[in-house]
Amino acid sequence: MLYRARSLLSRLLSVCLMAAVSMQSMAEKEVERWGLNMTEGVTTVSRDIFGLHMNILWWCVGIGVVVFGVMFYTMLAHRKSKGAKAENFHESTTLEIIWTVIPFVILIIMAIPATTTLKQIYDTEEADMDIVITGYQWKWKYEYLGQDVSFFSLLSTPIEEIQNLKEKNPNYLLEVDEPLVIPINKKVRFLITANDVIHSWWVPDLAVKKDAIPGFMNAAWTRVDEPGIYRGQCAELCGKDHGFMPIVVKAVPQDEYDQWISERREMAAKLKAMANQTFSFDELYSKGEQVYNTVCAACHQANGEGIPPTFPAIKGSPVATGPLAGHMDMVINGSRTNPAMAAFGDQLSEVDLAAVVTFQRNAFGNNMGDTIQPIDVLKAKQQ
Amino acid sequence: MAHGPAKGFTRWLYTTNHKDIGSMYLWFSFAMFLLGGVFALVIRAELFEPGLQIVEPELFNQMTTMHGLVMVFGAVMPAFVGLANWMIPMMIGAPDMALPRMNNWSFWILPFAFAMMTSTLFMEGGAPNFGWTFYAPLSTTYAPPSVTFFIFAVHIMGASSIMGAINIIATIMNMRAPGMTYMKMPLFVWTWFITAYLLIAVMPVLAGVVTMMLFDIHFGTSFFDAAGGGDPVLFQHVFWFFGHPEVYIMILPAFGIVSAIIPTFARKPLFGYSSMVYATASIAFLSFVVWAHHMFTVGMPLAGELAFMYMTMLIAVPTGVKVFNWVTTMFKGSMTFETPMLFSIAFVILFTIGGFSGLMLAIAPADFQYHDTYFVVAHFHYVLVPGAIFSITAGVYYWLPKWCGNMYNETMGKTHFWTAFIGLNLTFFPMHFAGLSGMPRRIPDYNMMFADWNMISSVGAFLFGAAQILFLFNVIATIRGGKKATDEVWENPEGLEWTVASPAPYHTFSKPPQVS
Repeated sequence: MLYRARSLLSRLLSVCLMAAVSMQSMAEKEVERWGLNMTEGVTTVSRDIFGLHMNILWWCVGIGVVVFGVMFYTMLAHRKSKGAKAENFHESTTLEIIWTVIPFVILIIMAIPATTTLKQIYDTEEADMDIVITGYQWKWKYEYLGQDVSFFSLLSTPIEEIQNLKEKNPNYLLEVDEPLVIPINKKVRFLITANDVIHSWWVPDLAVKKDAIPGFMNAAWTRVDEPGIYRGQCAELCGKDHGFMPIVVKAVPQDEYDQWISERREMAAKLKAMANQTFSFDELYSKGEQVYNTVCAACHQANGEGIPPTFPAIKGSPVATGPLAGHMDMVINGSRTNPAMAAFGDQLSEVDLAAVVTFQRNAFGNNMGDTIQPIDVLKAKQQ
Repeated sequence: MAHGPAKGFTRWLYTTNHKDIGSMYLWFSFAMFLLGGVFALVIRAELFEPGLQIVEPELFNQMTTMHGLVMVFGAVMPAFVGLANWMIPMMIGAPDMALPRMNNWSFWILPFAFAMMTSTLFMEGGAPNFGWTFYAPLSTTYAPPSVTFFIFAVHIMGASSIMGAINIIATIMNMRAPGMTYMKMPLFVWTWFITAYLLIAVMPVLAGVVTMMLFDIHFGTSFFDAAGGGDPVLFQHVFWFFGHPEVYIMILPAFGIVSAIIPTFARKPLFGYSSMVYATASIAFLSFVVWAHHMFTVGMPLAGELAFMYMTMLIAVPTGVKVFNWVTTMFKGSMTFETPMLFSIAFVILFTIGGFSGLMLAIAPADFQYHDTYFVVAHFHYVLVPGAIFSITAGVYYWLPKWCGNMYNETMGKTHFWTAFIGLNLTFFPMHFAGLSGMPRRIPDYNMMFADWNMISSVGAFLFGAAQILFLFNVIATIRGGKKATDEVWENPEGLEWTVASPAPYHTFSKPPQVS
């Protein structure tokens, strides 16, 4: 028993040592551990909020020192074992008034700067640009208003790291395939909504946290001072993969942003043109596998077996092995009976839709043998 | 009136005796406390280190939901009702509760409600997985089929609470002994009196909101569905209109318990009795006008945001008054530190820390950074665990000798206290740091930057869990035997309950005492 305890202790120690060593060896890109406090962030608002936070924290510490000080003094000095005799006083209106008024005054002192900051946060007028942010189970969509650029942003951490089969990288669960790119020193307004359940868009360094509510459009804004990559997460429980829909904001200088947005516009145009092309089965199948793993596998699982009953299997499913029209309808328009199956018609391009349907009908032993082209998807959408 | 309890199981099934019903409430709540604790330990085991190890996210969400629901509705609320049943008649010199048969009914529907709710874990699609706050539309359109059973269970629990509250009000208003004026009632009676009004005011609101969910799910309405012209935010307003008074329902009786214990072990009367009563009433009143501070990030207009911020900050004033009064009660007393006093002092200190983080959360702009992070988890566990749970534990140690006539084992009691105290702080204090450095709540997996605090929290949670086994053991041992307690039990404690024999006879105050 003792031996086991000792070996456990030494194992724990070695883990700690290894952690310490690896912390040093990985130098700059290592995770900051033992974080104690709120970030100061990179905007005026975030620094104001940090100031408010520290301000009220110190007030609390001060009050705590006085109250607990008296308490501990009493507990040490006025104990029966030391021969303390109890006094009998039990009322004092003066005291009651004093300790009602003093906290009240402190509260007013704290409320004033809080009000100023809140007004500033709520001033969403006169923005330089607008981005519509839509929360989906479990990804974010970013739409640059008036720019013809819109894309989804999904968790990019490999499943092997989540299942502890591979070493976790420093940005574990805080990394996405496509970050939100914004220019620095510009007032960027976020218009935040959701497609299914309530999500909450939160980036601590920008001090922006706003609920994304289906049917409502919330506004928030930021003006980032320093270029950099800022990471956040969904902050409102939104179902199974709530913990797996991070947010990454890349703040860049204006010229870099301009270049990026024009590249994105070109890409969007190219993608549109691809809808008229014809692809081979193999091209569609391998593209479909990619799409499946990023979009479908969260619910239907990588092996296609799903998590019934909410997330049914694709493998041998009556939809994927049934008539093509029904399958296309399910993917494009979503399920009419199960809200967990979203409509992907607007979420994926025609090419991706064609590819993923092709994949689903031929993978997991479904072997339907059909190939779906983007043009078929367009036709199905028009029906 | 000389007859004793019936024999066997029917004694418990048919009983209308406030002491029997009080005991059943307490045992039931302890069972639920252990069950909710097991759910909590599953959560903490999964969060011990980054990566998914023990449970899948689906089950993780069910665990967080069930942990919250079971602890709030199954452990804390019934425990306070149990203490009220045992103590209120004895404290006001009444022979029993005013409505004894309803008392029996309000207890006995509870086990069925919780059996139904727990059974959802084994249903197809799993148990409710949308958090104890069950925000729509996650809890309506997107909920597992078991949500209907959850709604029915909540209805039953609500009915039980309302009946319990009516009974307590009827008892306090009608059955006080001659001379027991309102301003002579012990604070535990006062705080429960106010709590009962809160319950009657808000439990129907909870029933209303779950009924709206039921209609959305089964009868095609769209109260909370924007696509049908409804409003998901409406759910949150209605829920928190219930939910905020609810959190005071879980703390006001605690104020009453420590207000009884601290004077006894400081050997000095409670300081500022009347201001304590007024402070309790003010807190109860304010609890109705602060609900939207749970919703600072939903996008309320600036005016609403400011109003709720100011109102919320105001709660610090009466709460501060209570803390200052407790400290002044101890000041220049002659203190000893038996187990109930240890739990009560820990209550004052740790509840105050929970109050501080509450004050921080009230600052709306700062709340944008705290909201839905582990900072909030730390905050409400600091007010609920050392608040509600510690005060209940203190109350049990304090009155147990009166209930069963035997003294508990003091060494074991103190060991229980220190294990629980250390375990609790290890569990919940690091959560402040995890939250401030950016960890959202209700996630099954996290980045390594939160790993160290989570590991400490998990170790603490298991220690806290282990401490409760000691509690169970101590209580059972005391019931079965031990040093005989005197009628007064403690040194000159105040209150009518100490004027009856230990153990308290099956029927007390068949003739009302005269209170001078």
